[in-house]
Amino acid sequence: MNDNNIFELKQVEKSFNKGKESISIFEELNMNIKQGEFLAIMGPSGSGKTTLLNLLGGVDQPTGGEVWFDDARIDSLNEGQLAKWRANNIGFIFQFYNLMPMLNAARNVELPLLLTNLSGSERDKRVATALELVGLADRAKHMPSEMSGGQQQRVAIARAIVSDPKLLLCDEPTGDLDRKTADEILEMLQLLNREFGKTIVMVTHDPSAAKYATHTVHLDKGQFVPEEA
Amino acid sequence: MSSVFSQSAAVISMNIRSLPRRLWMSLAMVLASAVVVAILLAFLAMAKGFESTMQSAGANDVAFIIRGGSAAELNSVLGRDQVNLLENAPGIAKDEQGPIVSAELYVIVDGKKRSSGTKANLPLRGLDLRGVNMRKNFALEQGRMFTPGTNEVIVGAGVLRQFSGFDLGSEIRSGRNSWKVVGVFSTGGNVFESEIWADAKVVQNLYNRGSSYQSMRAQLEPNADIQAIKDYVKNDPRLNQDVQTEADYFSEQGKSLSYIAIFGRIISTIMALGALAGALNTMYTSVSDRAKEIATLRAIGFSHMSAFIGTLAEAMVLAALGGLFGVIAAYLFFDGMNASTLGGSFTQVVFSFNLTTELITQGAILALIIGFFSGVFPAWRAAKTPVIVAFQSSH
Repeated sequence: MNDNNIFELKQVEKSFNKGKESISIFEELNMNIKQGEFLAIMGPSGSGKTTLLNLLGGVDQPTGGEVWFDDARIDSLNEGQLAKWRANNIGFIFQFYNLMPMLNAARNVELPLLLTNLSGSERDKRVATALELVGLADRAKHMPSEMSGGQQQRVAIARAIVSDPKLLLCDEPTGDLDRKTADEILEMLQLLNREFGKTIVMVTHDPSAAKYATHTVHLDKGQFVPEEA
Repeated sequence: MSSVFSQSAAVISMNIRSLPRRLWMSLAMVLASAVVVAILLAFLAMAKGFESTMQSAGANDVAFIIRGGSAAELNSVLGRDQVNLLENAPGIAKDEQGPIVSAELYVIVDGKKRSSGTKANLPLRGLDLRGVNMRKNFALEQGRMFTPGTNEVIVGAGVLRQFSGFDLGSEIRSGRNSWKVVGVFSTGGNVFESEIWADAKVVQNLYNRGSSYQSMRAQLEPNADIQAIKDYVKNDPRLNQDVQTEADYFSEQGKSLSYIAIFGRIISTIMALGALAGALNTMYTSVSDRAKEIATLRAIGFSHMSAFIGTLAEAMVLAALGGLFGVIAAYLFFDGMNASTLGGSFTQVVFSFNLTTELITQGAILALIIGFFSGVFPAWRAAKTPVIVAFQSSH
């Protein structure tokens, strides 16, 4: 594996069975993602971009081919191993934030740290730092229902970065936000990429969002295609 | 390990805190569990109360003798000559008046229940003062002792509580006979409190029993072996009696209501199955309601196990809460409640429901069983929730 690549997909195949019919999403898909890259994956609905994100996040597994992360194959890991791998390497940012409604901002951000052996005080310190980074230090005790969509997504970003993962996977992170708030969130992701060296893979159908990325790829019917003029 | 613990603790805490979202379904599960436990405890407390009332009446150092083959005093008969022979059996304690024995009669009179006004059989025991003194917990609560040779009776506190017409000074009519209540006694809550006591000789006369009796009690010498009396009876062709300790006799009689406990367990099991069906529905709804949260936690890296434990714990907490309410309800409504029912001698036995720690433990175990079985299958589903659900578009 190239030293500079964080991800390599080799001849990846993915298909679903629908009744007796097999529906193919990817056939022999190859892809490299470089360390420190901010990659936007664009494409119309049904192009396979979310499926690709799921494969990268170890949420779904390919039916063929190989998925390499750093120097390890992740497509052959079992569910338990994948959960540990995700906890150590991946921060997820979802379209609808996916915060726990019964927990305040700080306790939401703390969740990934519960998978570590850090002490309570160490966890609190890291949570405070993450919330400060996303500009919500003063909202630590607020419940998700007391925050705007933009603020909730910033809490979700703080949760994604609190355990310092190498890779952030974002599924339409601005899909539920107005333009101004969306730009704020994208600037924050850009900051995390530029200043903190986080590798970011973002699935979006919004060209304005893709402009914040260092690279953009287009998917259509399971294949990478050149950008339309 | 600490990670598994902290993951599970976090999931349990989140599940419990999300209960208000499923308030009514959760309350229904709590209520169902509470009702099942309360009903089980009501039946068991009834059986236990009856058993305690019977068993506490019996002494280990008193031999109880009735005609061979008689299941109870009512169908027994002992002739005076047999009583005389039995007095000389080995191992019977003596004092200055001779062997400490009490030959007694046991007949039925009518009573009227205070609660329903219905007629019921009450035991009228004929005995002498020696027999009264053999009841160790005997105490006169009101009035005085009956005068031997008169139509005076003393009534047990249980009779006074449950039946009308037995107040101090009352006149009781039974057939052609008339009795006057001159005292009320207690015997520590045991079965004797369900009886009316009169002088044995008067009962013999009024009920045409000649010189016969129905049972005999004999105080045993310290460390005496009751087997010696059994052998004595066996070896004398003029005698054909069953000999046992008074404790054994009442213990056997106490079991006559054990079917109540069995019935209670059957009813509770059927109800528990119904409660289980409702609880399963509640828990499957809970898993469905939390599917996105579960999947999100799994995406973050939480284990299958934490999702499983979290759901199971939620079910156990709800059922245990129901169990607690069930125990409290049973305690408030049933513990100490007075009732009367037909005992082994076709007479009414007055007893109190007795909710013991052992029964409460049984109720708690039943609640936890409901919790476990209503939680384990939904917990399995929670553990198997696909992580991909976290990415689905519903809010």
